[in-house]
Amino acid sequence: MKTDIILAGVGGQGILSIASILGEAALREQLFIKQAETHGMSQRGGAVVSHLRISDREIASDLIPLGTADIILSVEPMEALRYLPFLSRNGYIVTNTTAFINIPNYPDLEVILKEIRKQPHFVAIDADQIAGEIGNKRASNMVMLGAASPFVNIDPEKIEAGIAAIFERKGEEVVSLNRKAFQAGLRFAMEHR
Amino acid sequence: MKQDLYLGVEAIGQAAIDGGISGVYAYPGTPSTEITEFIQGSKLAKEKGIRSKWSANEKTAYEAALGMSYAGKRAMVCMKHVGLNVAADAFMNSAITGVNGGLIITVADDPSMHSSQNEQDSRYYGKFAMIPVLEPSNQQEAYDMVYKGFQLSEELGVPVMVRITTRLAHSRAGVVRKEEVQENPLKMPFNPTQFVLLPAIARQRYKSLLQKQERFEKAAFESKYNFLKIGEEKSLGIIACGIAYNYLKENYQEEACPYTVMKLSQYPVPVALLHKMEKHCEEVLVLEEGYPVVEETVKGIFKKNLKVSGRLSGALPRDGELNADLVAKALGKETTEGTPVPELVVNRPPALCQGCGHQDMYKALNQAMDGYSKGRVFSDIGCYTLGALPPYESIYSCVDMGASITMAKGAADAGLIPALAVIGDSTFTHSGITGLLDAVNDRSNIIIVISDNESVSMTGGQDSSALGKIETICKGVGVDPDHIRVLVPMKKYHDMMVQAFKEEIAYEGVSVLIFRRECIQAAARRLRTEKKMKLNPKA
Repeated sequence: MKTDIILAGVGGQGILSIASILGEAALREQLFIKQAETHGMSQRGGAVVSHLRISDREIASDLIPLGTADIILSVEPMEALRYLPFLSRNGYIVTNTTAFINIPNYPDLEVILKEIRKQPHFVAIDADQIAGEIGNKRASNMVMLGAASPFVNIDPEKIEAGIAAIFERKGEEVVSLNRKAFQAGLRFAMEHR
Repeated sequence: MKQDLYLGVEAIGQAAIDGGISGVYAYPGTPSTEITEFIQGSKLAKEKGIRSKWSANEKTAYEAALGMSYAGKRAMVCMKHVGLNVAADAFMNSAITGVNGGLIITVADDPSMHSSQNEQDSRYYGKFAMIPVLEPSNQQEAYDMVYKGFQLSEELGVPVMVRITTRLAHSRAGVVRKEEVQENPLKMPFNPTQFVLLPAIARQRYKSLLQKQERFEKAAFESKYNFLKIGEEKSLGIIACGIAYNYLKENYQEEACPYTVMKLSQYPVPVALLHKMEKHCEEVLVLEEGYPVVEETVKGIFKKNLKVSGRLSGALPRDGELNADLVAKALGKETTEGTPVPELVVNRPPALCQGCGHQDMYKALNQAMDGYSKGRVFSDIGCYTLGALPPYESIYSCVDMGASITMAKGAADAGLIPALAVIGDSTFTHSGITGLLDAVNDRSNIIIVISDNESVSMTGGQDSSALGKIETICKGVGVDPDHIRVLVPMKKYHDMMVQAFKEEIAYEGVSVLIFRRECIQAAARRLRTEKKMKLNPKA
C-alpha cells in the first residue's frame, strides 16, 4: 500500500503545511514517509513542488518516478497541469480553481480549467471561496487537504487528528476552523469525484 | 526505537550536536542553510553552549572551525558547493595541517542548479585535497555519518568532508538518534609545528598526508556504508554512489536486482572492492549525482577490457540531477510517463516580492541610466539578482559573491564609463569590502549601489554581518564621505533617488549609494513575532 502525492503551488502559498499534516498522520499510523521539498530561490513566487511518499514499507527514492503518482494536489490550477507527466493513469488531480496570478502571461483561467476537466480523474474545487464562507480564506489549504483525503490511503479521521495536532498550539478556534475547512473539502470531493 | 522526521540538513545538524561539537561555522547558502539554522534553534545546543552565529563568509567560517579543531574541540563548518570555492585556500591547506579535534566540512551541492550558478561536484575537492569524503544515501546515513565522522576525523587526523546534494538536503524522512557525546576538553596539538605550513614543515606534512592515503582507502574498504552485493547476472555490474543508490533501489521494488551492485558512500574509492567487483561483471554502469568523478576514477583501476559507462559515456545525462527514471533508462528498463504538460502552461520564475525595496531601487536606477547604452550595471548573488529578469532587466552580470564591485571596476578601468555595481548588504561584507578597497586605491570611476535590506534574504532572512556597519566600513576603506549617500527605496522618494544616481554618475571617483529598507519578508516575520509577544509575552 502506497500513496505518492505531488503537492504543487506557488512559493508562499504554504503547500508545506499540507505536507506536514499528512506526514504527522502517516507517522501516527506507523507508516514510512519521505517528503522532498523546494527551498531556496523558487520560494520567491516561483513554481514549487513537494514530493510526498507514504507507504507501509520502506521507501527508496525521495522523488516520485514519472507516471506513478496517485494524486496531484495543487493549490493553484495552472500548477496542477505542470506535473501531469508524474500522474499515473488511475491517479487523481485535486486542484484549487482560484488562480494565483503573479506573472504577466498567465493564461486564460477558463482554458486552464477546461484542460483540467479533460483529465480522466479530477476534483476541481474553489477552495478559497469555501474557506471564505467558513470564516477565513487562509484555511483554503485545509479545504484542499480535505478534498484530497479520499484518495490518500489513510483514514480521513486520522488526517483530521493530524490537523488538530499541528494547529493545537494556535488555540481551539484555529483548530476548529481548519477542521471545518477540511470537512468541507472532503464533502465536496465525495460529491464531485 | 523513536523515529523523528528530519530534513537531511536537520539530521546533519542534530548529528553534529549529538556528536559533540563545540561550534558550527557557516555562511548561509541553499541547500546548506538549515543545518546551521537547526543548531541555532536547538534547545539542546543552547544548553550545551554550542557556538552557532553566522560567519561573514565561508573562508572565515572555515578558518574559525579549523581554529576550534586546533584547540582540541570538535567543529563543523557548512556551506553550499560554491561556498567551498571561497573557503578553498583554508580547505586545501587544512588537509595538510590535519586536525586536532574532529573537523567535518559539510558541503551541499546543487545539481540542476535549483538555486545556484553552477553544479560543481565537491567530491572533486575531496579528491583534490586527498581527504576522506562521506556521501550519505539517505537521512539516517546522513545522521550516522556526521555523528561518527568526528571520531573518524580524529582517528585519521584530517578533516572529513560530508557531501550531500539538494534532494537529500531538503527531503524529510524518519531518523533514529544516538546517545549524546560530550564535547572534547581543550587540548593543544601534540606537535606544536603541526599547523605551521612553512615550506620545510609543509613538505613533511604533505608526505604524511600522502602516506595516510592507504589508511583512508582501508577505512573506505571496511566502511559499512560501502558494500558489494554479488548478483547472478554477469552482463552488468552497477556502482551506485550516495543518493543514486536509492534511485537504483526504486527500480527494483518488486524483483531483486540481478546484477552485482556496489554501494559507494565513503571515498577514496576502495580499489580492493573494485577488484572484487570486476570478477562478477562484464561491464559496469556508474550511477552518481554530479560530475563523473567515480566513472573517471574506476576506468584506471578496472582491468582494461571492462567497459565503464555513466554520465561521461552518455548512458546518463552529463548534467542535471539524477532520478529513478533516468536510472531506469540507463538500465534499459521500461518507464511509464503520464500525459505531457499542456502547452498552455507557462514558466513561473521566481520574482522580487511585492513591496520589496530592491524594486524601487531598480526603477530609479533604470530611469537614471535611460540615456546610456545598455550593459553598464554589474551585480552578483542575492535576491537583487532577480533584477536581471523582466520587468527590470537592470543588471548584466552575476558571477560570484562580490564580483559586482570588482567587475564594474575592471570595466571602468577599461573605459566603460559610467559603470555601476549592485550588491546586497550581506554580500558586501561577504566579499565586497576588499574589492571596494581596490577601487578606492585605484580611484576607479564607479558607482556602487548597496541595496541594503538588513538581512540575508534569499536564503530565508538570516542575520546579516553588515547590519549597522556599512557607512563606517565604506569610510574606513577610504571612500570620500561626501560620496557615501543613504537613501530610502520607496516610491515617494523616486525622484530623489534618480537625482542621487545622476549626481554620483557625474562624479569622477568611487561613490557608494546605500539604499536601505528592511526586507519585506523580514518585516512580516517581525510583525508576526511582535504580535505573538503581545498576545503571550511569556512565549
